Amino acid sequence: MTELTELSANELIKLTALQMAERLRAGEITSVELTQAHLDRIAAVDGPADGQGTGVHAFLHVNTEEALAVAAEVDAIRAAGGTEAQDLHPLAGVPIAVKDLIVTVGQPTTAASKMLEGWMSPYDATVVEKIRAARLPILGKTNLDEFAMGSSTEHSAFGDTRNPWDLGRIPGGSGGGSAAAVAAFMAPLALGTDTGGSIRQPGAVTGTVGAKPTYGAVSRYGVIAMASSLDQVGPVTRTVSDAAALQELIGGHDPKDSTSLPEPMDGLLEAARNGELAGLRIGIIAELEGEGFQEGVLARFQESVQVLKDAGAEVSEVSCPHLGYALGAYYLIMPSEVSSNLAKFDGVRFGNRVVPDGGGTIEQVMGATRAAGFGDEVKRRIILGTYALSAGYYDAYYGSAQKVRTLIQRDFAAAFEQVDLLISPTSPVTAFPLGEKLDDPVAMYNNDIATIPANLAGIPGISVPAGLSEGLPVGIQFLAPARGDATMYRAAAALESRLEEAWGTPFWAQAPELAASSAAAPAGVENAAATATAGGEN
Amino acid sequence: MSAITREDVAHLARLAHIRMDENELDKMSGELAFIMDAITSVSEVAGQDVPRTSHPIPLRNVFREDVPSGMLTQEQALAMAPDAEDGQFKVPAILDGE
Repeated sequence: MTELTELSANELIKLTALQMAERLRAGEITSVELTQAHLDRIAAVDGPADGQGTGVHAFLHVNTEEALAVAAEVDAIRAAGGTEAQDLHPLAGVPIAVKDLIVTVGQPTTAASKMLEGWMSPYDATVVEKIRAARLPILGKTNLDEFAMGSSTEHSAFGDTRNPWDLGRIPGGSGGGSAAAVAAFMAPLALGTDTGGSIRQPGAVTGTVGAKPTYGAVSRYGVIAMASSLDQVGPVTRTVSDAAALQELIGGHDPKDSTSLPEPMDGLLEAARNGELAGLRIGIIAELEGEGFQEGVLARFQESVQVLKDAGAEVSEVSCPHLGYALGAYYLIMPSEVSSNLAKFDGVRFGNRVVPDGGGTIEQVMGATRAAGFGDEVKRRIILGTYALSAGYYDAYYGSAQKVRTLIQRDFAAAFEQVDLLISPTSPVTAFPLGEKLDDPVAMYNNDIATIPANLAGIPGISVPAGLSEGLPVGIQFLAPARGDATMYRAAAALESRLEEAWGTPFWAQAPELAASSAAAPAGVENAAATATAGGEN
Repeated sequence: MSAITREDVAHLARLAHIRMDENELDKMSGELAFIMDAITSVSEVAGQDVPRTSHPIPLRNVFREDVPSGMLTQEQALAMAPDAEDGQFKVPAILDGE
């Protein structure tokens, strides 16, 4: 339990979301105070929303007025007392940031694309409706790779987001804005979307927690579709319990999403608070711990494995022999769905229209609109998908990829007969310098090698910080069977609390002060787990 | 499987309604050939007997009551249109010379 003392704004923003909620309920702080503290933090470290500054640039739009109005409403309800105050959601008044792929009334939604610059949605996404109903002030919309296509947020049409641990490096992607906002204490909670790792990989490289729920556990209604059979909305936070609480808030059946699971998924926060590991069978995925993974990433991973063993988990190695084909299958299935989903951006009903010099037919206008509106990565994927779906190639490419998807599902099914959970490093590498992989699409795609299989199979996955390598965060990923989100949160929270014990501090509390952005990270975190665990490799 | 050619990319760009100039076609065809090399290995393991998966968690017969709901007004639907007239989306000529 946190001690209820008066905190400075700087201390306030470093609480967890659940601690903030507790203080709000206890009347120790107001939501206006809390929301203003985060808006001040954004003003101090994020730089201008157009990306022309030198700040983190996590936000494309800051929603000051509405956020403070919602905060004032929560404070008024609480002050009045009575049943309305009692009925407030436990997270009411705790501010949140929303990835700019999710549509919101009253704020622009751009998908970080020139195609939608300035576009105002006439309706709210279901997850946004739920956030409004629970009265969480929305701080603004966060940056991403254009239409969520990328692993570094460098494909945004509105400028890079910078990693708060080192402003010269990428924050991961596509949800680099949400992850960086949470890592830099500009928001305690954020929403992300994960098609091939866009919540988990930014989580790993920014030292935050990111969870992709079971496919269908959270509504996709109002989320601009990238690849509909892979996309899933999920929480971005600093702790596992915060993520579990946020998934409980945004999850549940939605009649507006025909892929939404009919059964509710309860008990996630309770599972995270349970944190019991004894007897839990955990499998290390043999195919995801060797070649292509940085030494420092593997070292932190192996230390975490030892911590899990010491806490009573039964750890063994399991094989998923077809994972080597996951990246190939993903880069056929995803672009195929992209080429179809993005056909609606044609300059007719919404978005920006570009008319060629001297006018033209509607076909020429569409060609000019899509040439000017889409960035290179989006064009690459549309062309690739159009190719994979074209007559003569359909069976060889799209058809084969769908078969590999079956083989990967079978691999996971077989693995989950032996173990309750699977683990791997989340990302093969730590945050790399901005620009390093921008001209090498295949090298960029390889960042998602460990996260893509969960999307193909529809299973839940979470990334939690496992320590530092050369001053940069490393993430460990837990995967559970479909609908096994509670077990995933339980094990992730157990590891988190034991690592915290070993470090003597929460991971995120070690983030460098942004004023000294490129200064080396504190030495304590790097090897604390190794010294705390007898057999830890280093 | 055959490699993706510059002519293929030009054709695909037309199908996808993305205008591309000569430089872009050169760059894109090189990149796509490289990407295809990295991903075509999927056919190695995709045997005849393996069923296809199009959706990760199959749900069947997802229905709702057949009542209209959640519709936009004409004004809302047209508010963000690039061009509109008389309550309708306005587009350039469909055919040349009309």
